[in-house]
Amino acid sequence: MVSFTPTEDQQTLIDTIRRYALNDVRPIAHEHDEDSKFPANVVQKGWELGLIPTVIPEDVGGFGDSLSAVTGVLAAEELAYGDLSVAMSVMSPALFAYPLILYGTAEQRENLLPIFLEEKFAPATAALLEPGISFDPNSLKTTATVDGDKVHLNGIKAYVPLADNAPWMLVYARDSVSGNVNAYLVEDKSEGVQIENREKLMGLRAMPMYRVNFNNATVDMASKLGGAVGINYANILNRQRVALAAMAVGVARSAFEYARDYAKQRVQFGKPIAQNQAIAFMLAESAIEIDGARLMAWEAAWKIDGGQDATREAVLAKQYADKAVLFVTDTAVQTLGGYGFIREYPAERWLRNGRGFPTFDGLAIV
Amino acid sequence: MAIDFEIPEFIQQQQMMVQYIAETTMRPYSRDLDENEHQRPTQFIEQIWPILKEQQKSTLKKLTEASSAEKSDKPKRPSVTYLRLMLLVEMLSWGDAGIYLSLPSAALGGAAIEAVGTTEQKIQFLTRFAEGDQPAWGAMAMTEPGAGSDTSAIQTTAVFDENTNEWILNGEKIFCTSGRLALEESNGLVIVWATLDKKSGRAGMKPFVVEAGTPGVTVVKSEIKHGIRASDTAAIVFQNARLPADHILGSPDVGSAGDKGFKGAMATFDASRPLVAAGALGIGRAALEFVKETLAKEGIEIPYGAPYHKLTAVQRDVMDMEADLKAAYLLTLRAISQLDAKQSNALEASMAKVKAGKAVTRVTQKAVEILGPMGYSREWLVEKWMRDGRINSIYEGTDQINTLIVARRLLDYTRKELS
Repeated sequence: MVSFTPTEDQQTLIDTIRRYALNDVRPIAHEHDEDSKFPANVVQKGWELGLIPTVIPEDVGGFGDSLSAVTGVLAAEELAYGDLSVAMSVMSPALFAYPLILYGTAEQRENLLPIFLEEKFAPATAALLEPGISFDPNSLKTTATVDGDKVHLNGIKAYVPLADNAPWMLVYARDSVSGNVNAYLVEDKSEGVQIENREKLMGLRAMPMYRVNFNNATVDMASKLGGAVGINYANILNRQRVALAAMAVGVARSAFEYARDYAKQRVQFGKPIAQNQAIAFMLAESAIEIDGARLMAWEAAWKIDGGQDATREAVLAKQYADKAVLFVTDTAVQTLGGYGFIREYPAERWLRNGRGFPTFDGLAIV
Repeated sequence: MAIDFEIPEFIQQQQMMVQYIAETTMRPYSRDLDENEHQRPTQFIEQIWPILKEQQKSTLKKLTEASSAEKSDKPKRPSVTYLRLMLLVEMLSWGDAGIYLSLPSAALGGAAIEAVGTTEQKIQFLTRFAEGDQPAWGAMAMTEPGAGSDTSAIQTTAVFDENTNEWILNGEKIFCTSGRLALEESNGLVIVWATLDKKSGRAGMKPFVVEAGTPGVTVVKSEIKHGIRASDTAAIVFQNARLPADHILGSPDVGSAGDKGFKGAMATFDASRPLVAAGALGIGRAALEFVKETLAKEGIEIPYGAPYHKLTAVQRDVMDMEADLKAAYLLTLRAISQLDAKQSNALEASMAKVKAGKAVTRVTQKAVEILGPMGYSREWLVEKWMRDGRINSIYEGTDQINTLIVARRLLDYTRKELS
């Protein structure tokens, strides 16, 4: 039955996150972006919303809600509506925890999921993206070579969120024999794992991300996620795509709302600039693109929840959202005119953050 | 409720039936009817008329029963009337948009009568679409040479003759879809908008039912068009055309309180715009599917999930086309589900209409480009779909008018504040 109405629980969640986004996140976003400073207190508050413990299975002490991609995209949009750096930081432990929930062996789940039930923010992360201009998640350069009951990891990962502070990271690597992609549960203190410099990026400046070097890093075979069965990598990629699409919608929506309100109060030639079709039409088009992108993320997420292959829907949703967020944030900068270019105003930050989405592979998951 | 995109099984089955009709009575005649404008799609009409007649019969039954005795003991199920309509319109347009517009039905004329007419009027005017041996067409005549998007500028007048108890219509209407089919080729009718008092603007505008065979009514022209050439687009002149007093829809008082006349008819746009969007989606899907099938024969597949730098320009274009169409589909689906839920949807209806119009225009134009000499050739239907698709950014409110409606709603502006 076709419906565009979230469940009551989902609506409560949306409202809760929206309050957090507006009251806690927005006021600190500018300062932390300027100083490239991790907003630990606000991330802690975001952690206390309980998004991750909620979906940890009951048998390991969680609340046992299903890991719904639809609920995930609803939450992701609202978080990013506050600030993208904060949204990705708050959800970064999910990069590790969600694949573990989905594909971990009983032992892996029992050992590691309780980490995420603490009241204190539990940093954990994942390493997927690789440096260079031609990243392809389906032909990773990082390799995993099996050697008896050990696995050697070799390669360089880029943009690894909070790697300096995360005791665990999930490392995606290509099996040097079969070519299949597997994920490995890696401790930061493992030999051969070297956290290198913090990434210096155009946007996402409040979230510390690192280049990580795996120089024959050696882990036990038991750290291969899912054991012999492994992971459904395509499904993980799709869950990442819809998460990013939803976050792009959140960023776009914040820029659109700001530009809309600005255009209504900014008076030139004796009337608000919003009363000119040239401005009003840009805003109308922005709203259409935002809604279109959101619905595509919803549909792809719904398909994931139905257990069907959602690759086509997820790819198209992500691709559409990538373009929509660029268009909308750029339009917001243009609507603000000179103020759009001034860093004191948030529009240029949204444009810098929005521009990155085609590059953000693996930085979020639902 | 929960977010859900599942199309009910029985609608999926009906879609398959309509696809069969499209493949057998539309596609084989598409090219001929395009090359020979003003010919009628007789095979399609013969095939679809008995089905439509039964549907219109049950619609009429419901309409007249509902007003004679309100039924309340029926269990309330969420309605899928518009959802079903959307998906069938999409499929018919996938078959052929021009032929689809020639559906023998009450169409927009029927919508106005359903929205504003009394029970007596519904029976009097809509029975012809639900009974008899011959198909009948309904139509709506609003546009005039000097009144396009600005409907308040219409010049056609209606004057009441108290001696004969008749309305007298004078003026000219253009771009009337199925106007000749309604007035000359069947026992149909046209809803004609006329003003009782030019000074009072919209408040003076009223819809009148003009039946086939009314003296003083002449179809003076069938337009020759860029696309949807199988559809009849008529110009109609009214010279002292006389109508019985009860052929007005709504109250005859100018600007009377509670008069549903103009507003009632405008509200039908909330339903018609998403359905026009559905028509656009069908043409777009036809072109997209054809491009993908043709490319596949050449060994070119669309590798969803490959990174941007590993795609060819053609693959990127196809994915863009598909994404655009998907966004338009979902926006339309949303506006439609609001209709079924009886929620106001003026904003979402215009959003869907703009997006679908732009998407089909872009998708079909790209399809011609991608297929090269064969895309441009009249041997294939792609160039025709591009011409057919183009109307969707124009009729039922141009993209600009609909964007203006979206902007006003978003900015909370009146017509005066943003025009």
